[in-house]
Amino acid sequence: MKKIIVLLSLIILTGSYNLAISDEFTKEDLEKWNKEFMAVVKEGDKLFHSALGKNKVSCDMCHPNASNTHPETYPKFQKQIGKVVALRDMINWCIQNPLEGDPLKLDDPKMIALEAYITYERKGKPLAPGKH
Amino acid sequence: MKKKVTRRRFIKAGAAAAAVASLPLGLVEFSWGKSSPKNFTFAYISDSHLTHIKGKEFVRNFDKGLKRAVMECNFMSPRPDFVVYGGDLAQLGKREELEHGLEIMSGLRHPVKWVIGEHDYYLDLGKFWENKISKTTYSFDHKGVHFVVVNSILTYDAWIKRWKSPEERMSNMARLDNPNGSPFMVGDEQISWLKKDLARVSKDTPVVVMSHSPLYKIFKPWNFWTDDAEKVQALLQPFEKVTVLHGHVHQILYNQIGNITFQAMMSTAWPWPYPVSYIQKPNQIPKITVFMNRADPFHERDATGWSILDLENGRVTNHYKLWENKDRVLRYDEKLGYPVDSEYQSPEKRIPPQKHY
Repeated sequence: MKKIIVLLSLIILTGSYNLAISDEFTKEDLEKWNKEFMAVVKEGDKLFHSALGKNKVSCDMCHPNASNTHPETYPKFQKQIGKVVALRDMINWCIQNPLEGDPLKLDDPKMIALEAYITYERKGKPLAPGKH
Repeated sequence: MKKKVTRRRFIKAGAAAAAVASLPLGLVEFSWGKSSPKNFTFAYISDSHLTHIKGKEFVRNFDKGLKRAVMECNFMSPRPDFVVYGGDLAQLGKREELEHGLEIMSGLRHPVKWVIGEHDYYLDLGKFWENKISKTTYSFDHKGVHFVVVNSILTYDAWIKRWKSPEERMSNMARLDNPNGSPFMVGDEQISWLKKDLARVSKDTPVVVMSHSPLYKIFKPWNFWTDDAEKVQALLQPFEKVTVLHGHVHQILYNQIGNITFQAMMSTAWPWPYPVSYIQKPNQIPKITVFMNRADPFHERDATGWSILDLENGRVTNHYKLWENKDRVLRYDEKLGYPVDSEYQSPEKRIPPQKHY
């Protein structure tokens, strides 16, 4: 057994075994993945413009085109939460307070979709973690 | 003894009136513009967006904003001559929302002048508003100042007709960042009315125009925009002192185009970002505006408020009453020829939250 592991390690280290196959992707792959991504952005757009809480208020009422959400500045210190948080924590804060709703699970597909839409609308802005 | 109205007297008076009416409008000038206008104070409340949930339930946060503005207006000393409501009393133009708004506004101890907003209009195309609240286009004179109210949130017929139901039309107009939206306009009918209305006003009479949308072009994707603004501006430019007061943008915003000073009013409900913070599309935000302190959503009333307006020598001095931020004062600078913030105008006086990005 030990011999086999040593042999495999040697093969990998010397590069005599081609690992590249798993890293190769085609133009069709890129298109497919982009399509998948844009479908999630579209879902996030829909959620962002609908009542996620209990009072008919929606995210876009304060953040048209997701502006003033500053996804590029997270994680950052958020005064009302009292510590450094991620964008999704702030999304939940908004759902619970102005929208008067229940928070989403942090890995809820809806949460991922909201993040996808918010960051997509801010594309091209350099990362600025911690910035206010 | 009262003079009896004889048939002869009546005919004489009628003939004189007919003679005036037949004069070209431009020759009929009233003398009150010549004397210097009196100083006075009025107040401005705008963009409350009262939102109906169900039954008797409304969004608590937005109710609180309007109620607070009404209460503070009632405490004003000296009393304002009148209060202007700048439009968007309702969120989706519903009868429940407009009636709820009227109920809260009935607590005001001062007379109200109403301006209609798109959220009040696009469900029933202004029917409830015109029947129960106010005309949408009118003018009045007050202490030597000529006030004009226009409905600036009209749009193209084709857009109005494209929706399956009034509710669908309303919700599409209510969404600020709607790619299927349509630009606001005043329209030719009101523009010709305005032309006639202004023809009888002398050029040295201060003119104050009140509209819901800004009567200039800032950012089309969010309808911070009036499509035929230039036509309206052309009618206003010949006057020596013109101020346009508008709502819609939910932020401190001011500009000067020729003789016309523009000032935006705060919302009592929530603040809107400056278009500079949407980086995907270009904007024409006025360079002279010192931005409001950036909203911190921890405070419900942050970056919201109302305004006390002093009419001083025919110019409007705007005291922004900001509930969670330091009050701001905007005053027309006669030397510079545009309005300036009394504290923050010079770049070195600005504070960090005024930088929006």
